[in-house]
Parts: sequence; C-alpha cells; structure tokens
Amino acid sequence: MSATIFRKMKSSTGETTDESSPPRAIVAGHGDFPFGIVSAVEQISGRGGVLLPVSNKGLSGQDIETQLKAAAEQDGIQVFFTDLPGGSATLAVRRIMRERPDVVLVTGANLATLLEFVFQSGGDCGAAARISVEKGRNALAAFGPA
Amino acid sequence: MPIALYRIDDRLIHGQVVVGWGQPLDIDFIVLVDDNVACCDWEQDLYRMGVPPEMELVFADVATAIRDHDKYSSDPRKGILVTPDIPTMQRLVYGVPYIREVNVGGIHHRDGRTQKLRYVFLAPDEEAQLRAIVQSGVKVTAQDVPAAREVPMSEILPSSEPEARTA
Repeated sequence: MSATIFRKMKSSTGETTDESSPPRAIVAGHGDFPFGIVSAVEQISGRGGVLLPVSNKGLSGQDIETQLKAAAEQDGIQVFFTDLPGGSATLAVRRIMRERPDVVLVTGANLATLLEFVFQSGGDCGAAARISVEKGRNALAAFGPA
Repeated sequence: MPIALYRIDDRLIHGQVVVGWGQPLDIDFIVLVDDNVACCDWEQDLYRMGVPPEMELVFADVATAIRDHDKYSSDPRKGILVTPDIPTMQRLVYGVPYIREVNVGGIHHRDGRTQKLRYVFLAPDEEAQLRAIVQSGVKVTAQDVPAAREVPMSEILPSSEPEARTA
C-alpha cells in the first residue's frame, strides 16, 4: 500500500517558497486535514515547505508510526503537530517519543498555532512550537448567544 | 446496560472510536481487550491519554474480559468494547455467549491481506476466523463510523450465512 505522505515543497500561493530548506515540522492527522491546513498556512503566510503534511488515512497504527518516523528522520524533524489528542497520529508520535526524547508534540493544533510556528523562523524549533501553543489557545473564541 | 458496540479495530483507541462512535452513543467507558496492552503499563498510559477525562478506560486480557463481561454489561453507564484483531474478538465471542453483534471497524493493510473495503483488509486465516464468528451466530458487519453504511459480512465474504445466536 502506498504511503499517504505528500511532500509539499511548493507554496500553494506561488509566493515566497524556499524549496532548498527542509521542512521544520510535520503536521499529522485525519483525512485531508494535514493537507488542508498546511495549504491554508501557505496561503496566509506565503511560506511554503515549512510544514510537511502526513495523513493517517488508510493506515494502521503501526504504519502511521513508521511513516512519521521515516519522514522525521529524513529531514531531521523534531516537531510534530497533530489534530486530535486521542487520534492515532498523536498516539504514533507518543510512541516515537519513547525512542526520541528530543521530539516535541503539539496536539490540537489549529491554524493560528501553525501560523505562529511558521513565522518564528530560525532558532529552536521546539521552543517555537511551545510558543505557538499559546497563540493557538488564545485564538479560540465563541461569539453570539450562549 | 449492554455493551453498545463490540468493535475490531487495529488502532484501538483513536478519533473514530472516542469521538466518531463515542459521542453519538454517549459512551462513558471503553473496555480495551488486548493481551499485550493488558500487561504493559506504558501502553496503558499511552491509550489513557487518548480518551477524555470523563471517559473511563478499562484494560483487560481476554480471560479477564470473559470473566468480567457480566460486570461490563450490567454497568448502568454506556460502554464500547474494542479488540485489536479478529482472533481476540473470536476468543471473546466464544467465551461470552451474550455477544450478538460485532462491528469490524478497521483492519488495515499489511502483507498477505487483501482489500475488502476501504478500511478492511483480510488475510485468508482472518477470513476463516470471521466466518467462524458468523457461524457461531453473531451478526458481523463492517462500519468505520456511524454515518457510514453498515456493510453485511455477506458482501465481504459472500459465502457467510449468519444464524441467530442463542445464549
């Protein structure tokens, strides 16, 4: 079975794309969520290739772990963003963390989280991920009648 | 209250189980039946983080699940029981005569398996095990999420002929 990994090294906006730099984080989750949200990040930020989307679609838990591990090792990626705390991608990253204590996992990632991470260019990716969590949390709001 | 769903799913605890089924069925607890997970604290911690705090997660090996099944099914709260594979569910079905229905929720690709549905791949020995479960009088259907069509086993394994199970 072919892996559901798509190396998106070209900006969807065609703007400021740096194809020479490896991705700095993996965005993993259900269905087309990783591709959709990475596309949105690129459209807003104009920065392509920073995030590598990986879907869990059609994969067993073990296969998800294998795919994520391979993708991370290939580009020396330390940071993972996942969509759902109880999702299979999150559990797979937790298993990877058993072997790689340097890995930072952010789960429940939203668009604001990823944008903050992408705009924090350079420096420690793990620290950038932790800062982006606060941004993502603050972006959640409800309006209208209770 | 009877267990609301007996599910075979190689991912065990994940979004489809906790949210996809858990929310519409208003589930309060999940029984995870897996001999390997039942004896590994680290694995249990991992799966525990996959469920919301208000949902109880019970770990059991097959023998314990058979022994404690009456306790699960008499719990006033609603529960799901999940196994990682067909052989585990088969052992459970043979040990618990009250199980009437089994949901095949996710058996993904690996070498030797043939695709039956988008989310169901079966090896020949697994086909035989599923047929055996059906022959024991259990209704077996495939359905990954509640909104999807419930696929009868006769569509996946054409010669399956279910018979009503009597406890």
